[in-house]
Amino acid sequence: MTPEELDQIAETEREQQSHFTQRVNVCVAAGCLSCQSQSVKDALDKEVAQRSTKDHCQVKGVGCMGLCSEGPLVSTSNGVLYKKVEAGDGAAIIDSLEGSPVSRLVCPTDVPFFQRQQKIVLENSGVIDPDRIEDYIAANGYTALIKALTEMTSHEVVDEVTKSGLRGRGGAGYPTGLKWSTVSKSVGTQKYVICNADEGDPGAFMDRSVLESDPHRVLEGMLIAGYAVGATEAYIYVRAEYPLAIKRLRNAIRQAERVGLLGSEICGTRFSFKIDLRLGAGAFVCGEETALIASVEGKRGTPRPRPPYPAMEGLFGQPTLINNVETFANIVPIIRNGGEWYSKIGTEKSKGTKVFALAGRVENTGLVEVPMGISLREMVYEIGGGIPDGRKFKAVQTGGPSGGCLPTECLDMPVDYESLAKAGSIMGSGGMIVMDENSCMVDVAKYFMDFCMTESCGKCIPCRVGTYQMHRILTAIGNMTATEQDLKLLEELCDLLKHTSLCGLGQSAPNPVVSTLKSFAEEYRAHIQDRKCPAGVCGQPVGETV
Amino acid sequence: MRQVPTVKTLKINGRDLSGRQEETILDVARQNGIFVPRLCEMDGLTDVGACRLCLVEIKGQNKLLPACVTAVEEGMEVTTDSERLQNYRRMILELLFTERNHVCSVCVSNGHCEMQNLAQRLGITHVHFPYRYPKEDVDASHERFVIDHNRCILCTRCVRVCDEIEGAHTWDVMGRGIEAKVITDLNEPWGSSETCTTCGKCVHVCPTGALFEKGRSVAEMMKRRQFLPYLTLMRKENE
Amino acid sequence: MSKARIATVWLDGCSGCHMSFLDMDERLLDIAAAADLVYSPLVDAKEFPENVDVTLVEGAVSSEEDLHKIKIVRERTKILVSLGDCAVTANVPGMRNSFGVKAVYDRAYRENVTFDPGIPDQVVPALLPTSRPVHEFVNVDVFVPGCPPSADTIHYVVSELLAGRNPDVALKTRFGS
Repeated sequence: MTPEELDQIAETEREQQSHFTQRVNVCVAAGCLSCQSQSVKDALDKEVAQRSTKDHCQVKGVGCMGLCSEGPLVSTSNGVLYKKVEAGDGAAIIDSLEGSPVSRLVCPTDVPFFQRQQKIVLENSGVIDPDRIEDYIAANGYTALIKALTEMTSHEVVDEVTKSGLRGRGGAGYPTGLKWSTVSKSVGTQKYVICNADEGDPGAFMDRSVLESDPHRVLEGMLIAGYAVGATEAYIYVRAEYPLAIKRLRNAIRQAERVGLLGSEICGTRFSFKIDLRLGAGAFVCGEETALIASVEGKRGTPRPRPPYPAMEGLFGQPTLINNVETFANIVPIIRNGGEWYSKIGTEKSKGTKVFALAGRVENTGLVEVPMGISLREMVYEIGGGIPDGRKFKAVQTGGPSGGCLPTECLDMPVDYESLAKAGSIMGSGGMIVMDENSCMVDVAKYFMDFCMTESCGKCIPCRVGTYQMHRILTAIGNMTATEQDLKLLEELCDLLKHTSLCGLGQSAPNPVVSTLKSFAEEYRAHIQDRKCPAGVCGQPVGETV
Repeated sequence: MRQVPTVKTLKINGRDLSGRQEETILDVARQNGIFVPRLCEMDGLTDVGACRLCLVEIKGQNKLLPACVTAVEEGMEVTTDSERLQNYRRMILELLFTERNHVCSVCVSNGHCEMQNLAQRLGITHVHFPYRYPKEDVDASHERFVIDHNRCILCTRCVRVCDEIEGAHTWDVMGRGIEAKVITDLNEPWGSSETCTTCGKCVHVCPTGALFEKGRSVAEMMKRRQFLPYLTLMRKENE
Repeated sequence: MSKARIATVWLDGCSGCHMSFLDMDERLLDIAAAADLVYSPLVDAKEFPENVDVTLVEGAVSSEEDLHKIKIVRERTKILVSLGDCAVTANVPGMRNSFGVKAVYDRAYRENVTFDPGIPDQVVPALLPTSRPVHEFVNVDVFVPGCPPSADTIHYVVSELLAGRNPDVALKTRFGS
């Protein structure tokens, strides 16, 4: 594969696409597929095949369009988005291509949910066919790789990423450029790149969506990373619970190999790179980098103390660059447009955009990409469309089981790494769950503690037994049988786990409890002193116990 | 070319001490008679930093670090016995006592159990978290040894000694979190294990009464741990 | 100065701690000089009295009767001492906890009984679901682990308490000692 050949593929594809004057895009990411978008696509295909327009009308399966709650979603070349489409709507939609839109299905796009978004990571989602590399190439795919390989030294690539201010999107927000530069400077016989696609936070599906909608974007990011740090082998660690993402990744890797974008001497340079998949067996802790590495090595997926950090001693003891899916997906636009362009988006310390999986008690749930620094209020009331049925907002939970619940007072806070941390939560991987007055915060804390308890690997004592004890106390509070003494124990355990657990899972496991204890202490008191659940969620009092 | 060992100087609890570059804080503390509690670490085995009892404070560091895996550094100022650390250690050990059924009075290791001794040394006179009382198995299928899961603290010394020293890898860990347990082979009865060489190393590195020899009384079931540093030393000299 | 009032209570335990108490031998005379033993399995008082200064509790809380008793004891005692591993950790009585009450009843009243096997519903107090340490039910002031704590340890604890000091038992005794 040479740059000219790549241009050729793009040209051919664009030429072919130019024949189609009418296009219908059907979302075939997991969200819409689960509400039968495949049968919608089949119906549309069948409808077009019967018509005279069949030579200039294309029906295409594309990735996620974001508003998952309204799926299956279909968009057309005359700029209309349709929601909740059924197979029976096929004919009407094809008719509408030459007439007025099918009003009963129209999903308005001039609303904040769409207007407030800024798509960088998701720019191809809902636009290109994730199963065809040609479509990705036609959308300027792999040009960033060519640019890096032919116009930039590996140093310059690292510099560009550093300049962009990009921070790790997996949760902790470690500066990506710094990580790349560490790995590039580390000495080893073989370096590795790992893409962490073990997205495990309940309610989070950003990475899955990126992988399902635009797998080549992630591969290209990894290729650039490999070139920058001097690695020739890479793994994508993806959870087995994402079969569609796995299928599309496998397909994408095969296609890239076939056209010579993966393999040896890529684009006529001396750069060689291969990517392999490793499937996670469902352990949340394997999202922790050292546990993930152990799992890739074929060992039990448990974390180990750091240092040494993977950048120095990672996979098989070699320097290893490990980044999250969304981080890699940000690399292509950074290389294409420059780090400086990227650093103008977002806030002073949190650059770029962030993809969030907006869920819970809001009108619009789904996948959104917004610039860093947007306020929580905008997220909930504008993009999210507010709380249904006029109920009262109570809290928004970010960062999954490692995050915290932010109360009304935090609504005007900007969404960036520092502000969230200061308020007692974390950015996390991008889960955002909105809760209203019908949510009980004790119950929420118990839910996350249950998650941490069952997902603890059991290696270190504070996490293994501490999460059990905390869950026991939270269950007692929910059952209205807890005492003031229990609450004291709970606070002691929060402190213990935070400071003595081996890995991030244990250290952050108390966050949902700490943040709800801080902002919703009166709810805990009501359960313990008055034996009442103000939100009416927790079980009825079971009477006095000893 | 022979590598010249680099020596680092550091302070532990205010004392000026020195250690070689590759040594850990725990190594240096031990050489100088400074007590740092630990249950998973054992001289001669790979360190895993799992029990969290050897956590120490290092000046200028936000996080507490496990002494067993933290290498000494020039100018380091380490505190091993602050009130805060003692408090955490007591809580961790108390949690361990609540986890399974540790009934010292009927245990074959009563009086020579590392966990029991540590509890006394840390001044634990009672456990202020509620006990779990889980139902745990006892596997006595092996002709010479018994594993009593009631007394296991998941330090994984047996797993490591079997893998790293004996080379049999009979032991491993299965399950997650509070459900985790050590197993022989693929969770088969120890007695029918095809990999176990009956060397007994696991029994002698076990810090509690979880692993013991059949037919031994409390007074007889003394564990001989000295073999391990000796074996490791001999191996190193052979290299 | 009036003599201190001390008591000992026997819940679910083997009475070994009381034996150890008696093992203080002639030192009991010193204690008797400083305090009255107002209630104990060793003396003939039926009702736990009011205003007890120090009560030593042996045994875990295993039955409804134990629970009833320990609550009264706590109310009427200034300094409550958990004496021995059963009181401190539930120890041997707690070994039934992972099996459940039914298995215990069956073993005791059915499987090994030839004459009229059956679970008693009168006279014998009902067992609690689990046998647990005293401090999980009432506030305990001093913990003296040991199975049993030695006579020396008990002497030290009682002497210190009678002298108005808080005994530090950590170096004198331990779980299982």
